[in-house]
Amino acid sequence: MEHTAGLAHGEHDTSHELSFWEKYIFSQDHKVIGIQYGITALLFLLFGFTLMIIMRWQLAYPGQPIPLIGQWLGDANAPGGIMLPEFYNQLGAMHGTIMVFLGVVPLAVGAFGNYLVPLQIGAPDMAFPKLNMMSYWSYFLGGVTMLSSFFVPGGAANSGWTSYAPLATIATTGQTFWLCGMIFLITSSLLGSVNFIVTIVQLRAKGLTFMRLPFFVWAQLVTSFLLLLAFPPLEAAGVLQLMDRLAGTSFFLPSGLVISGQPLHVSGGGSPILWQHLFWFLAHPEVYVLILPAMGIVAEIIANNTRKPLWGYKSMVYATIFLGFMSFIVWAHHMFMTGMGTVISAFFQTTTMIISIPSVIILTALLLSLYGGSIRFTVPMLFATAFLPMFGIGGLTGLPLGLAPSDIHLHDTYYVIGHFHYVVAPGTLFALFAGIYYWFPKVTGRQMNNALGRIHFFGSFIFINGIFMPMFIEGLAGVSRRLYDGGQQYAHAQGVLHWNVFMSISAFCLFFFQLFFIINFFWSMKKGKKVNSDNPWDATTLEWDTPTPPPHGNFIKPLEVFRGPYEYSVPGKSRDFVPQSEQEKV
Amino acid sequence: MQVPYTVHTRSDTGLYNAKLGIWLFLSSEVMLFGALFSSYILLRVGADTWPHGYEHLNIPLGTVNTAVLITSSVTMVMAWASLMMKDFAKYRSYLGATILLAIVFLVIKGFEYAAKFEHGLYPSTSTYFGIYFTLTGLHALHIIGGIVVNAYLWGPGSKMWKTDPERFTHRIEIAGLYWHFVDIVWIFLFPMLYLL
Repeated sequence: MEHTAGLAHGEHDTSHELSFWEKYIFSQDHKVIGIQYGITALLFLLFGFTLMIIMRWQLAYPGQPIPLIGQWLGDANAPGGIMLPEFYNQLGAMHGTIMVFLGVVPLAVGAFGNYLVPLQIGAPDMAFPKLNMMSYWSYFLGGVTMLSSFFVPGGAANSGWTSYAPLATIATTGQTFWLCGMIFLITSSLLGSVNFIVTIVQLRAKGLTFMRLPFFVWAQLVTSFLLLLAFPPLEAAGVLQLMDRLAGTSFFLPSGLVISGQPLHVSGGGSPILWQHLFWFLAHPEVYVLILPAMGIVAEIIANNTRKPLWGYKSMVYATIFLGFMSFIVWAHHMFMTGMGTVISAFFQTTTMIISIPSVIILTALLLSLYGGSIRFTVPMLFATAFLPMFGIGGLTGLPLGLAPSDIHLHDTYYVIGHFHYVVAPGTLFALFAGIYYWFPKVTGRQMNNALGRIHFFGSFIFINGIFMPMFIEGLAGVSRRLYDGGQQYAHAQGVLHWNVFMSISAFCLFFFQLFFIINFFWSMKKGKKVNSDNPWDATTLEWDTPTPPPHGNFIKPLEVFRGPYEYSVPGKSRDFVPQSEQEKV
Repeated sequence: MQVPYTVHTRSDTGLYNAKLGIWLFLSSEVMLFGALFSSYILLRVGADTWPHGYEHLNIPLGTVNTAVLITSSVTMVMAWASLMMKDFAKYRSYLGATILLAIVFLVIKGFEYAAKFEHGLYPSTSTYFGIYFTLTGLHALHIIGGIVVNAYLWGPGSKMWKTDPERFTHRIEIAGLYWHFVDIVWIFLFPMLYLL
């Protein structure tokens, strides 16, 4: 395939020149919006990570002044550079919120989905370009609202990312900002998910049947359904909590509530558990929103780098659909400790065990895909292969939490933190890094630096385990996850607290190794090795049929699909890959 | 390349883009109101005392409002049907009637709210009034949204009739589907809050 980058520039429709604002700021092109999402989300990830670095200092060295940035935090948060418990709570709540709602999901769905789904299905753009733009800007406003809450009296939201009532109802003004920010984010995800589903159903290229879709597109389709149907109950809950805070209702406030010795003057009669039900009705499907796009990215990269078809593509697709359905009826396994009764607990622990089956199917299929392949250990492949055991650890450590009896011991300990961070950090985030390294040449026309990429990978891989593995040890010893001094007052936990220092130093080292990624990202954009083909990885899917970078409208001519997504190493062919758009010679 | 199927239907799915889009949007709305209705049920079942709606709310006004909204749904369909029969003048009067009826609904609702406030009944009075004001308030916001969209399609948006009549007719169909949904929400709200 010849290089068509030069052609891309002359390709633009000259009858309608776009101004700078239309082209880069209020763009309706899915690729520009994808990049906007990507950059914003990466910045939020860095910010959320920085919050955690500050917290990790406090956990390892409680009561000691924070070096370097301590003096900048202000007397209200850290007098003399020593963190106050209230500030620790803000950081904790905002770390979770930012990482999940402003970092990982916008990167996995907003950025990767927006950029790649139309390309992989051979469409000129998303179905509703204007809604797509509004989706990004609604997300942006939500982010600004969240960030600005650090500067209101009392600081940002400080009731955890779950905002449990009644704690959140009586919290400082930051919580109102949190709720308003969430309403923007929910609007954004609603607009985005409608757009994705319509795009995938309606705009598939000729010949691209559902069973010929790349697995990544399937993952995005199911993810969009989860976002579409699971987020509205949280919006409802958010509206009710806003009413509780602003209009004096008591949807989540029980009768006879006493705060700091003073009875609260509200009508009462509400239910704090109702908030938890509404919240987890979103937040459990949200876990699959975090993991499915990651699995999609890993599937693409594994097929490409093993030079083999995915093992069990159809089982993976059916497992994903089943997973999507099941994720709506497992939410109350987060609530075993609320006293909802053994019958309900039994139901939800059964569904939880059932939902682990499709996850295992997908992971097993990916693992078996490696078998017998002549694997190219490129940087994206390193991250993708690391995803498998990391997600495996995350998934398996979830089983004791899904069973009510063992959850009673582990609930709200560091074990839980370790579990879901294994799923989301070395799981999803590694897959997202893999995706950035893999598609960078398509977006920019340049390769990312290989050596820097390897340093980034090995550094991250070692130290991310250094952070999260000891959490299982601390959690099993019973250290609660919400203590701002890292558990110093727990007599029975003294034997494991030395891990706090180990974890914090690992976190600082992890931060250091991310610098290699940041340098690589910007350096490669300007100076990276130019790719000499539109398909540098010899891949099969449609996004590699476009010029590099793809122009407005994506494809130079309408294309047709003749085969499935992963025809690698087909016997009797001259090359070891057959693009989906290649016509069978008779 | 332009985005396809904005006007014509795709043969294998039988849909044009916006029609699938609005149904997905409405499914999301069902989940939103579904969560609120479920909250209502859970709060009511868990409450020690819960007033009957008819003791506090004005059933005649509520009934009139129900009739107003159902009529507006009918005129909405008539507006769409007029366009299908290429009668633009009729379309305008039917859509205008829909907008007016929606405004009438809001005015009546406003009187009801004012009467409650006069009697010192606020969202903070009890969980019953809390959920009453939240649900009807959210519904009223949906009505306002519908008025804005319909007013646009009645006024500046109707220029499209001259340039792309088929696509414009689709737009009215989409707006209509949304409007019927708002109507249906009220049909659930009315018995739940006023009669039970």
